[in-house]
Amino acid sequence: MEKLSLRLWVRKMTRVVEKEITCIACPMGCKLEIIRDEDKYVIEGYKCKKGLEYGEQELKDPRRIITTTVTVKGGFLPLVPVKTDKPLPKGLIFDLMKVIDGMSIEAPVEMGQILLENFQETGVNIVATRDLPEKILKK
Amino acid sequence: MADVIVIGGGPAGLGAALEAKKTGAESVVILERDRELGGILNQCIHNGFGLHEFQEELTGPEYAQRFINQVKDEEIDVYLNTMVLDLTEDRKVTVLGDEGVQVIQGKSVVLAMGCRERTAGAIDLQGYRPAGVYNAGMAQRILNMEGYQVGREVVIYGSGDIGLIMARRMTLEGAKVKAVVEVMPHSSGLYRNIAQCLEDYDIPLLLRHQIQKVYGKDRIEGVTISQIDDQWRTVEGTEKIISCDTLLLSVGLIPENELSEKGNVPLDSGTKGAIVNSTMETGIPGIFSCGNVLHVHDIVDFVTKESRIAGRNAARFARNELPRGEEIPTRPGKGVTYTLPQKLMLEDPDGVTLFLRSDVIYKKARVKVKEGDRLVKEKRERLIVPSEMVQITLDPEELRELNGEIIVEIVGEKND
Repeated sequence: MEKLSLRLWVRKMTRVVEKEITCIACPMGCKLEIIRDEDKYVIEGYKCKKGLEYGEQELKDPRRIITTTVTVKGGFLPLVPVKTDKPLPKGLIFDLMKVIDGMSIEAPVEMGQILLENFQETGVNIVATRDLPEKILKK
Repeated sequence: MADVIVIGGGPAGLGAALEAKKTGAESVVILERDRELGGILNQCIHNGFGLHEFQEELTGPEYAQRFINQVKDEEIDVYLNTMVLDLTEDRKVTVLGDEGVQVIQGKSVVLAMGCRERTAGAIDLQGYRPAGVYNAGMAQRILNMEGYQVGREVVIYGSGDIGLIMARRMTLEGAKVKAVVEVMPHSSGLYRNIAQCLEDYDIPLLLRHQIQKVYGKDRIEGVTISQIDDQWRTVEGTEKIISCDTLLLSVGLIPENELSEKGNVPLDSGTKGAIVNSTMETGIPGIFSCGNVLHVHDIVDFVTKESRIAGRNAARFARNELPRGEEIPTRPGKGVTYTLPQKLMLEDPDGVTLFLRSDVIYKKARVKVKEGDRLVKEKRERLIVPSEMVQITLDPEELRELNGEIIVEIVGEKND
């Protein structure tokens, strides 16, 4: 009995809260703890499967969905909103913004249309998030 | 002449028009003052919409597009670039559009005009009125739809979700966001937006701080900020100047009810929207209200849900099929700032979903619907925050058993 509590005590002492993060998988915003237990990491504080997945992903390779706009020529509006179809590694966000800044496409555009394929071999595509018809010139 | 006239083509108007059509209204008209349908969703290019409605995460334009496509498939008359000038109690709607001024008679009318932003004038901002001071939503439209960079060095006042989203958006577009300044001890935005919009980009959130003064005559050059105490007094010696060329205000939204007032629709001083019963009918028979013009929502999925109730019952009214019966009032109790609808129609065949907002943050909370001392219904919530609406549903049987005033309250561990 004594041996067990001693082991638990030792175990407790080796557990260090490395980082606290906020889960962004849904509007709940649960607080997740990344805990180092000797040589391995565990996630605590999640309340659903999505939360655990987010915590694990955030631990080894944080990624984000990025939304922005792309310039359109001859469109009903000068810009079309776009998103990454999968989360992009955080370190590449500003590289992506730079590439998108130089892009220009022709109207019409359809929602879901891929405007940039496989950005830097990440498998992430940039897709349009609305229809954008051509500009109709008034008579 | 139209069965149902829907004023406003944003998420509420789209949802109401589609549901009215589905319920059997023959002619449905949407009046929209902008150049296209979709309303505010068109400029909300970020993701996070549709988790309830579609069980997937969509951007604002994608959410809007799905409804716009449905409207195109139905025989719904859409008037764009059309401003509604007047509304009467007998449901005559005067519009100014591409064909000049017209008067359309509606058998029923759905008010879905949305809300607008509180401005600098509403928050007692001292200093000159230089260029570069924008409402956050206005800046969002200029940046995301018109394609102009709004500014390079930015301070954001107010940490509601629009302010947080704009902090990230401006950063991605190359601006330096120097601070988000919030007078309250906590942000009124979602936790995940603080994480993914501020922490991801190392943008400081200054809680319990105020902007004292705006500098600059032609263009804003900076602001003075200071800490404030519990009594909202400046903490001496904490004043600091932050230089900036842009100040974004994210300081609240107000339902846009000038038109409702023209139609003599009675308003609630708490929600700043119409007083409605559970069918979403206002105090004027045949005039219904839904979405942000009724009360400001935080999640568009709930606007859609509410607009379907309004659209369905507007169609029933137009067909003389809207049930009439005894109505009882609802009232916010302990821990609740407002409840909606303000009246329940006991014969409502659909039952009712009560919407409410809490006064502060509660953990391990219970939402209680009470009739006198009798507990009608109870719902447990892990966490309730003022910025997120709470819903509790009464089915038709539970509704019919009621006969006195209904009080809705929240009990739980207060947390700040």
